[in-house]
Amino acid sequence: MSILVNKDTKVIVQGFTGKEGTFHASQCIEYGTQIVGGVTPGKGGQEHLGRPVFNTVEEAVATTGATVSMIFVPPAFVADAVMEASDAGIELAVIITEGAPVRDMMFAKMYATKKGMSTIGPNCPGIITAEECKIGIMPGNIFKKGNVGLISKSGTLTYEASHQVVQEGYGITTAVGIGGDPIIGLSYKQLLPMFEADPETEAIVMIGEIGGDLEIQAAAYIKENISKPVVAFIAGQTAPKGKRMGHAGAIISGGSGTAAEKMAALEAAGVKVVVSPADIGKAVKEVLGN
Amino acid sequence: MNIHEYQAKEIFRKYGVPVPRGRVAFTVDEAVEAAKELGGSLWVVKAQIHAGGRGLGGGVKLAKSLDEVREWADKILGMTLVTHQTGPEGKVVHKVYIEEGADIQKEFYLGMLLDRAAEMPVMMASTEGGMEIEKVAAETPEKIVKVTIDPTVGFQGFHGRKLAFGLGLPKEEIGTFIKFAKALYEVYMDNDAEMIEINPLIKTGDGKFLALDAKMGFDDNALYRHPDISEMRDLEEEEPTELEAKAHGLSYIKLDGNVGCMVNGAGLAMATMDIIKHEGGEPANFLDVGGGANPETVAKGFEIILKDPNVKAIFVNIFGGIVRCDRVANGILEATKITDVNVPVVVRLDGTNAEEAAEILKNANIENIIAAENLADGARKAVAAAKGEL
Repeated sequence: MSILVNKDTKVIVQGFTGKEGTFHASQCIEYGTQIVGGVTPGKGGQEHLGRPVFNTVEEAVATTGATVSMIFVPPAFVADAVMEASDAGIELAVIITEGAPVRDMMFAKMYATKKGMSTIGPNCPGIITAEECKIGIMPGNIFKKGNVGLISKSGTLTYEASHQVVQEGYGITTAVGIGGDPIIGLSYKQLLPMFEADPETEAIVMIGEIGGDLEIQAAAYIKENISKPVVAFIAGQTAPKGKRMGHAGAIISGGSGTAAEKMAALEAAGVKVVVSPADIGKAVKEVLGN
Repeated sequence: MNIHEYQAKEIFRKYGVPVPRGRVAFTVDEAVEAAKELGGSLWVVKAQIHAGGRGLGGGVKLAKSLDEVREWADKILGMTLVTHQTGPEGKVVHKVYIEEGADIQKEFYLGMLLDRAAEMPVMMASTEGGMEIEKVAAETPEKIVKVTIDPTVGFQGFHGRKLAFGLGLPKEEIGTFIKFAKALYEVYMDNDAEMIEINPLIKTGDGKFLALDAKMGFDDNALYRHPDISEMRDLEEEEPTELEAKAHGLSYIKLDGNVGCMVNGAGLAMATMDIIKHEGGEPANFLDVGGGANPETVAKGFEIILKDPNVKAIFVNIFGGIVRCDRVANGILEATKITDVNVPVVVRLDGTNAEEAAEILKNANIENIIAAENLADGARKAVAAAKGEL
């Protein structure tokens, strides 16, 4: 079991024939993901990586039965691509592109929600169900199959966490990189109940960072609804106020969104919070016992 | 990206957000000329820097004659202005804004930003004009009125009424206020603003609302579609090393410690700073070299970190994914040939092909490159090296 995606998930790629789209789509195919086609307007009818290329998402969905789209289009076209996907009946769009304007995402997410489509990202590594389906840019070999669900705002920190979990002898069910932009799609609060309901997931690791209050919302949710053990690390404990730390959303503004307040809220909700990023694996071992 | 008060007011004017008349000046003579052009008998000489608290720092002065305009412009231009937002080193003032004096009857606060929880813009108003809004929010939150505005329908009358009644405005002033707020909303949306702050917003003796101050920040990701705003960028207001890093695709922020950090990925870069502190050291910087970590970017990273004389050791923390560790290891060795690195460098490479990478570093046999086994080991070694204990 897993959440959201598995070996049967049919995926199309928007921005399929571009450099990034081509490279990462071929990596996904190698991993075993069912990439069933792609969309590049004007290149419909061609074949790319042995898969059909369509002019529109609508055609791609009608022909391939895809339910998930992986989006690699340039930042200025992300909103358009997301709305097109939702309009065509895609259920989940995984937006890898970095640099989409906030205003665009605001409208795109509203439209997608209205159409019943979920989004992951933008500016994220994607989602992976270990040894079944990788939709994103993460190194697949780091994610061994196991019983830990992972939700993270950061790319390399996701790999780090998974690596530590694997080194302790456990593995991952599904890992979701939710991205660090000010407006993102699925977040802790929506993903936690999915992991709670997934019979194979026995513990959940959540990696947060400074900025916004998604981790605080997650803490409130965990307190009331999550019975499985949760381990958390919040990056940016030493970050200065008012400085944007790489991710567009990682900023302590007006003194709120600090790591300290997030750590305190999670701890109060019964989450095992680690201070050092090197202790994530150990903490998982602790909460899972033997 | 942030802009100056005078630039924000230019944008306000275009949208019909009322502001006092004013002119920017780069020299004392220009300042006096600007005051003459504006006419009247009362002017305000305002330092233009990207930081709040200018008045308290001595950067905003009233002038009752052209001689006083000259005197204040002469004092303010070239001064190093220290405010609670500039840090102790302050900022040098290169330009002043000369503005006509206003008849202030009452001061308010009006601001806009993204409400991240609602995923919509929020407009905030307060009767506590001239105060720091963070302070008001912490001490007397009931004095702040907020409306989130669904951008699919835009600013409606009820948004304006809620704010106006919340400020306790009399009936006859409500229409004028709503017009002001609606225009401000258009400024925010049209220009992909990230933040607008008018502090204070004033009501004049004749019942008009005026933006006496104006602060604006923009979404960097949207600047590509606003060439006019991009042109307002003032490089003198930005940290030169951070700009240099950005030009090379690196994201760098200087901190006060002595352990330099070079990391791939923003989250891991923050986590690396955290673990340095956790192990008893102080990080000297945040530095994300991006996913690639190729020899050129790593060399540039070393160069930028070493510009900070406080740095006594560097912790290179790379999690190799699709870019394999062995390639990164070769990149690091290559980088040490491009840039002279004269402090100990602790290298932690984990992920794909980590063992091959360790072998490469070991065989290279470079004295000041110390291999670390894992994240915690790397942090410990880097902290020890910075203390001269390794």
